[in-house]
Amino acid sequence: MGTTQELENALNALGSKLGDPAGKVSDLKRLSGGASQETWAFDFGPSGGAVEDLILRRAPGGVSAARSQAAIGLENEAALIDRAVAAGVPAPRVVHSCKPEDGLGQAFIMNRIAGETIARKILRDDQYATAREKLAAQCGSAAALIHSIDIADVPDLPKSMGEDQLAQYEEIYRGFDTPRPVFELAIQWLKASVPDAVEPSLVHGDFRLGNLIVDETGLVAVLDWELAHLGDRREDLAWICINSWRFGNSQNRVGGFGDLGEFLDAYAAAGGVEVTPAEIDWWETLGSFKWGVMCMIMYEAFRSGADPSVERAAIGRRVSETEIDLINLLERVRDA
Amino acid sequence: MHDQPSVSELVTAVRGFISDTAAPQLTGHAAFHARVAVNVLDIVLRDLEARDANDLREAASLAALLNISPEAHSHSEMVQMLCEKLRNSELTLSTPGLLEHLKTTAIAQLEVDQPKYSGLREARGRP
Repeated sequence: MGTTQELENALNALGSKLGDPAGKVSDLKRLSGGASQETWAFDFGPSGGAVEDLILRRAPGGVSAARSQAAIGLENEAALIDRAVAAGVPAPRVVHSCKPEDGLGQAFIMNRIAGETIARKILRDDQYATAREKLAAQCGSAAALIHSIDIADVPDLPKSMGEDQLAQYEEIYRGFDTPRPVFELAIQWLKASVPDAVEPSLVHGDFRLGNLIVDETGLVAVLDWELAHLGDRREDLAWICINSWRFGNSQNRVGGFGDLGEFLDAYAAAGGVEVTPAEIDWWETLGSFKWGVMCMIMYEAFRSGADPSVERAAIGRRVSETEIDLINLLERVRDA
Repeated sequence: MHDQPSVSELVTAVRGFISDTAAPQLTGHAAFHARVAVNVLDIVLRDLEARDANDLREAASLAALLNISPEAHSHSEMVQMLCEKLRNSELTLSTPGLLEHLKTTAIAQLEVDQPKYSGLREARGRP
């Protein structure tokens, strides 16, 4: 199962499950992007009639090969998106969660929302100038809605709080046996400065530009829920702030587009709790450390021979980006 | 050994071939990897230029921070020693000179690895 024709046949056979027994697939094409999942766009409807714009999200070749041990699987992801939509989070509507007899492997189908996901366009194109002004508040509200979802009401998800993640990424870093003094200082400071614990809530796990659809009016959908977990709400609020996800616009702490105060105010106003910039400092430091270790993991794929591409080699020279980000953060904390 | 052409000249020639001749004929994934390859060769050229001076400066700074003689230890031994002192909290964020050493070293590394990175501008802007 993998050719475009085979996929099209399987999708055509879904018929009424996609809301129209006479519906046919047209214009099926693979979209780029998506680190571990295949994403396909297609139109569905009666020939000559009105079509619905849909997205197929599918494990590569239909077989699950999660990008990390933490990924929750497509069935859980679909269930979670349903819950998020019910809670008022802007997200796609899941049309069908695939069963084995559908012949598509692990997959679900959702409606296709028009807009842009490429961060550099959202941050630079004139078309999104008005959207950029609203985005910090909209993201704060969306995060509050995500975190308000009753965790008794979501699929069985892994639990990972801040100290769990610090321990997990420290272990990976030590496993590489590549001493990096900046990482040592960050680990030491993070351990000595753990913020007060909070009750676990549903955490998106990859809440940042790239996983958000934005149109001229601002945020229209939160995508890519596969790293969702039970955790610390402040993780989502700080992950969008780490400098790597500001895509060159360092001066705007939230995603390269927004002001932290405005973002946190909107979060609190939409039902989230009060979160202080100092708490974001800790989580942003953890986030930059995690991203640095992730770059080391990607480089390790080259070093071990698993992926000999020049791209995997090059990413090893991006670990230093997270080192300077950590220094900037720690210097600000020290001098505060 | 002869050095005409030098290593830098050879790398520059390959960089030019990839960027001006090969890349325009490529599409999709191969074109993307060609752009990455050009960036990698730029890193190689900057590394060739900067490494010796950076290592000398970093070794002197490490030795001062660790209060040891730079001749007595290899570079990697000193980095390892610094890491151990950070791991056991003998040195901390408030240790005089520590963050300055790390910052100077990281700036030098970024100037080789990703000189356009936004965090580097921020680091330079705050003396």
